[in-house]
Amino acid sequence: MKIVEDSPPVLTALDRPNSYIGRSVPRPNLARLAQGRAQFVTDVTLPRMAHVAFVRSPHAHARIKTIDATAAKKSPGVIAVVTGAELAKVITPWVGVLTHLKGIKSAPQHAIAVDRACWVGEAVCAVVARTRAEAEDGCEKVTVDYEELQAVTDPETALDAKTPVIHPDLGDNLTFERVHSAGDPDNGFAEADAVVEATFMFGRHTGVCNEPRAIVADWNEGEQRLTAYHATQAPHMMQNLFAKHLTLSEHQVRVVTKDVGGSFGIKVHTYADEMATVALSKLLKRPVKFVADRIESFVTDIHARDHRVKGRIGVKNDGTITAWEIDALSGIGPYSVYPRTSGIEANQIVNLTGGPYTCPNYKARARVVFQNKNVMCQYRAVGHPIATAVTEGLVELAAVKIGMDPLEIRRRNLIADDAHPSQGPSGIKFEALSHHASLAHLDSMMNYAGLRAEQAELRKQGIYRGIGFASFVEVTNPSAAFYGVGGAKISAQDGATVRLDATGAIFCHTGVSEQGQGAEAVIAQCVATSFGVPMEQVRVIMGDTDNTPYGGGTWASRAAGIGGEAAWQAGKALRGNVLAVAGSILQTTPDTLDVRNGAVVDAATGTERMPLHELARICYFRPDTLPAGVQSELVATRHYVPRAWAFSFTNGIQASYLEVDTDSGFVKLLKHWCIEDCGTVINPQLVDEQIRGGVVQGLGAALFEHCLYDQRGQLLNGNMADYLVPMAVEMPDIECGHVVTPTADSELGAKGAGEAGTAGAPGCVMNAINDALRPLNAKLLTDMPFTPDKILRALGKV
Amino acid sequence: MSDMRCDIELTVNGETVMETVEARTTLVDFLRETLALTGSHVGCEHGVCGACTVRVDGAIVRGCLMLAAQCNGAKVETIEGVSDSGQIADLQSAFERRNALQCGFCTPGMLLTAQELLSNGGVPSRETIREHISGNYCRCTGYQAIVDAIEAVAQARAGGRK
Ligand code: FES
Ligand code: FES
Repeated sequence: MKIVEDSPPVLTALDRPNSYIGRSVPRPNLARLAQGRAQFVTDVTLPRMAHVAFVRSPHAHARIKTIDATAAKKSPGVIAVVTGAELAKVITPWVGVLTHLKGIKSAPQHAIAVDRACWVGEAVCAVVARTRAEAEDGCEKVTVDYEELQAVTDPETALDAKTPVIHPDLGDNLTFERVHSAGDPDNGFAEADAVVEATFMFGRHTGVCNEPRAIVADWNEGEQRLTAYHATQAPHMMQNLFAKHLTLSEHQVRVVTKDVGGSFGIKVHTYADEMATVALSKLLKRPVKFVADRIESFVTDIHARDHRVKGRIGVKNDGTITAWEIDALSGIGPYSVYPRTSGIEANQIVNLTGGPYTCPNYKARARVVFQNKNVMCQYRAVGHPIATAVTEGLVELAAVKIGMDPLEIRRRNLIADDAHPSQGPSGIKFEALSHHASLAHLDSMMNYAGLRAEQAELRKQGIYRGIGFASFVEVTNPSAAFYGVGGAKISAQDGATVRLDATGAIFCHTGVSEQGQGAEAVIAQCVATSFGVPMEQVRVIMGDTDNTPYGGGTWASRAAGIGGEAAWQAGKALRGNVLAVAGSILQTTPDTLDVRNGAVVDAATGTERMPLHELARICYFRPDTLPAGVQSELVATRHYVPRAWAFSFTNGIQASYLEVDTDSGFVKLLKHWCIEDCGTVINPQLVDEQIRGGVVQGLGAALFEHCLYDQRGQLLNGNMADYLVPMAVEMPDIECGHVVTPTADSELGAKGAGEAGTAGAPGCVMNAINDALRPLNAKLLTDMPFTPDKILRALGKV
Repeated sequence: MSDMRCDIELTVNGETVMETVEARTTLVDFLRETLALTGSHVGCEHGVCGACTVRVDGAIVRGCLMLAAQCNGAKVETIEGVSDSGQIADLQSAFERRNALQCGFCTPGMLLTAQELLSNGGVPSRETIREHISGNYCRCTGYQAIVDAIEAVAQARAGGRK
């Protein structure tokens, strides 16, 4: 078993005795999960709990004429049948716009559709019953009379005059548009020796978290308080939104998030059916549980990546890239998702295209249009897979055009490692990146020259293998620039409170949360190290708005970099407090002491002076023996938010090696490599596993995953048998490597690592497939996912 | 439909259970909802994801494709019972050390599926391991860590080093 070896800490500031920074310690919460003793929201049961199921629109666009609930109300076990109009008296609608996305617009969205359904799967009526099965029986007995309206399902024609406008009040179907120009793109193209262009298509796909979305809402009429057991990535954000739309104050709402069965950005949004569930609990004065089944997950979990991007690149014969241009079009749902909006992914495509390279001449337009399809919003690596595939696709096409090796053209254009701080063509700011070191690491790790020789040899035997690359930058550790400045109440800062208990162990309460990525372990590593106890003596408390510092939660690769730094600082602060009281007990100055391995020691020699449990005993039970005027403070809180940089960009490069069966069109992934630089590596194994999991999500997008809609807005493959996800047998082994460039914004120096894999993998596979088929004069493949039929068509075989 | 009920008697993790169930109740719903054995999970309810994997009379089955009523007289084992018996302690430990689980939602099913392969003895190839677990969906790990952990346990068991 290849357990990643511990690596020494990279920063002397972190190199404390018994440091856990840089060590692959196992996560403390795993045994519980591996024994079936987790508590997912789907497992939560409360006294008097009822279950809700929803009648969902079978039409992409329809007026709701009447809803007849007579039979449903008599169905066994049914407690209530509630329509959108009835529920609107309990919960107010919302509009998913942010002020920093200039001009973005959307229409009010209700928890349950009122008058009109705008996509297949939108809830039009709720049935609450004693059991989920009885609620579903009740749904079957609700008769809804619809008048079908014309559905808008093609982004290309969404803005045409003859296309109906989904929300007439908005005037047109344009959600958001951004135009950007930098440098001198016209001149850049004019001075190019070659200009290459292509249109890239990205299949709308979704997160398919293994645990579906789930919430148990418990309105206690006696307490006038809502407790929501909610599988969410952002408990405090949801506390704010539940309160706001139920017209409560925030302290009347508690959000509890225990184990979450995967999230990947899916569980960080406001979902109408979850809002309906909290409203139903308030209405019925009892706990109500909603668990999306897999079929409803496909039509209601946010979709992502529905983009068409026309791209153009100018290049000189010496490989110098002279200009970029993109025109991006995204088809979202009928509403911009609340509160993060459905404009961010397109905005990120504009921000990130050309990001790793020096060429500043850049012209971009992105338009986002409404569609009568499921809503679309931010999913793991938001915009990065699109921008990276477009950029890297164009770079490799340019290399082919001028006859240059794909790694060589990158060497000639990637921002130099010593040129930082720097910026990308869109103006995004980079503190410090390591593109060239990463590329060199990849080159040797994969034995590039050897693989090229093998590829050439096999081609003689009619075996078509391809090698593709993708350099990338990745947004992590977001400051308030991401959402806060646009008016969303989403915390960019995070806090940690560390408390010494009476036995010398510590509790760390943190605002970041765990969905499987290992945040709990990382927080424990940080605080154990900075305070000075063994990890076994740290208990991490997360996912409870009543009991954790106010924070943002876990998204945009922020938990380790931001939550970890807060925990690190809180641990240090508590150490200072402990040493202050230890100094008075031991009658020495605190700065001659340290806390190490659970004891107060002499800093110079490491000799134990007093175990922490003895100090705690004195402070808690015999404070009368402390010198007069000495008050121990055995709790410390610290907060952290990145200030110097809007985002802490990471970087890296991936490579894919694959074989295309030119008879069947099947792609066999042989091997994948990813070098990335997430700054200080707190836990090497966890970083590598984030990369691997992320890569595989990107591989799914490249080869399998696609929410297929027909012209009437029906989702054709909304189940796990027809919507293909990566399974073990199709996936390659993935080799990871690291370059370490810490951010100077925090003492820890850690950047995020959760999304880099997904950012680079699809473009990398696209390049490898085209590389494999190039000798066969196949048509360029730029339409993801690359299914066997598309490959055979490119080969002219069907 | 909902008015059809039947009485069943079975053993679950060695305990005798007598219950009246609706004919339509799946085994996994029965285990989770009636017996509160929430270690078995429901990911798709249509036989694809493997999160509901449990053992019935020694063989692994999908708990969402079998009805509770079909288990009358059967011996059912879930992750809770299999964990407590210690028979997969080495596999669980390998999963934990290798971080072969992230969110852990797939893990109970994955462990039971892996144990089935391992109980055939020998050291399966990585390809065989990948094939064997290909009915168990994991969105988090990308599978490599799971393959590594299973392979390591196979080697350890073959070497007699449990
Ligand atoms: S829940 Fe049974 S296979 Fe998915
Ligand atoms: S660990 Fe999350 S689905 Fe496998």
